[in-house]
Amino acid sequence: MSIVIVALIFAFLLKEGLSIFWRVPISDFLFARNWYPISDPPQFGILPLIIGSILVTAGAGIISIPIGIASALFIAEIAPRKTKEVLKAGIELLAAIPSVVIGFIGMVTLGPFIKEIFNLSTGLTALSGSITLAFMAMPTIVSIAEDAITAVPRQYREAAIAMGATKWQTTWRIVAYAARPGMVAAVMLGIGRVIGETMAVMMVTGNAALIPHSILQPVRTLTATIAAEMGETVQGGEHYAALFAIGIVLFIITFLINGIADIYLHKAKK
Amino acid sequence: MVETKMTKISIQDLTIHFGNVTALKNLNLDIYSNEIFTIIGPANSGKSSLLQSLNRLNDLNAAYRKSGKIVMDGKDIDDLDVESLRKRVSIVFALPFPLPLSIFDNIAYGPRMHGIKNKTKLIKIVEKGLREAYLWDEVKDRLHTPAMNLSGGQQQRLCIARILAVEPEVIMFDEPTSGLDPISTARVEETMRVLKERYTIILVTNNVAQAARVGDRTAFLLMGELVELDETKQLFTSARDKRTDDYITGKFG
Ligand SMILES: Nc1ncnc2c1ncn2[C@@H]1O[C@H](COP(=O)(O)OP(=O)(O)O)[C@@H](O)[C@H]1O
Ligand SMILES: [Mg+2]
Repeated sequence: MSIVIVALIFAFLLKEGLSIFWRVPISDFLFARNWYPISDPPQFGILPLIIGSILVTAGAGIISIPIGIASALFIAEIAPRKTKEVLKAGIELLAAIPSVVIGFIGMVTLGPFIKEIFNLSTGLTALSGSITLAFMAMPTIVSIAEDAITAVPRQYREAAIAMGATKWQTTWRIVAYAARPGMVAAVMLGIGRVIGETMAVMMVTGNAALIPHSILQPVRTLTATIAAEMGETVQGGEHYAALFAIGIVLFIITFLINGIADIYLHKAKK
Repeated sequence: MVETKMTKISIQDLTIHFGNVTALKNLNLDIYSNEIFTIIGPANSGKSSLLQSLNRLNDLNAAYRKSGKIVMDGKDIDDLDVESLRKRVSIVFALPFPLPLSIFDNIAYGPRMHGIKNKTKLIKIVEKGLREAYLWDEVKDRLHTPAMNLSGGQQQRLCIARILAVEPEVIMFDEPTSGLDPISTARVEETMRVLKERYTIILVTNNVAQAARVGDRTAFLLMGELVELDETKQLFTSARDKRTDDYITGKFG
């Protein structure tokens, strides 16, 4: 059933979006450097948007993966029971905050802060986007990775300790190793959430469709572009089709990432 | 034949509590180098608790309290570094539990953990461990396949090889064959007989016949107390305590 729905969505995206490729060749669409959809003549190059998405996502990953995995190991292996319960409740709470709220908080606190410390003209940058998104990826990463770690059989730990492993060696070499497939899946799903995220990124990245030269410049992501511009398009027009074509690109990326996560989750179950 | 017996481990007035359960009461005994010291007794008589005190695995249990002393090679084990104690006094559990790795990596795990990185050295250690555990011939062509694919008896010998690779001095077996078929059991027993030439073996078993087959000396524990300790032959032919006799002839337990 869900496969049918997904297939229908994809078919709809193709129907609405493919027409843009009559006017703009696919390679130009993906790799041209200018996105000026309403100038005359319009230019539909989504490279800056792709780079914006990759930059923000990679930044979010670099921040959230080590912290998320370390927190999961700490909660599952080291924290005393009381601390563990409090932390897990905290993570759940974080997961429940709507992304608009996180975006808003990022905009009014993180933005000015980054502007201040790096002495920029605006604090709404790729970096702010990455940090904000890291907050959204973290609960997913921590809770799924923690499940994977807790599922490692007790006997592995006992075997390691009985061979003279320290607590640290046991956690790191045995438990983390055995839980690896689950942790990869956790990271994939966390990043998946980040890629699809729209509202928060729109609010904190500054929304400039330019190829950035550093993480301290404003960027615009694929999702934010669709959300921001869809209201201004004429149904059936070129701009409209171009936005749907962005949807196709996003769909394929998300599909691949979920596929990889799925493969690892299956491995983890075995 | 005159044998000189060296005391490897000396247990002095050992009493163990878990919360308000007394697992061992005032235990006094010596374990010699290069013998198979067998411990028999019905369930809950404190056999496992004793083993796990010897390598301080019990220290991980918050309810554990002990009084008395355990001395190894003249030193109180509480004064030793706990990780190196566990390396010297290793344990084989009832159910084999290979790590989710290849056969080779399972055995190389301990040495790697203790800092050996050299590839040729590791290959030597792995081969030596597998030979000593009598597993080499059966697995030498598939060292890099998952250890999970081995049979139960092979897995148990893999666990023995894994321990031998960290070069222990004492090897403790806690009912090592309770999950194995008779043929695998015979192999593991044979392995123990050979290992005692170079290691001190402590075998806990709930299989009285096994104690009679492989033990040099046998201790009978009942409800946390040492009832009798003697040469295995002596104990099985003419036990001095009636309870021992009843247990080994199968009247209870
Ligand atoms: N971890 C533990 N926590 C609480 N009680 C325990 C623990 N381990 C053993 N005991 C108790 O100590 C006694 C001896 O158990 P054990 O040493 O496992 O006996 P055996 O190995 O001879 O069957 C039992 O009464 C058991 O309930
Ligand atoms: Mg036991």
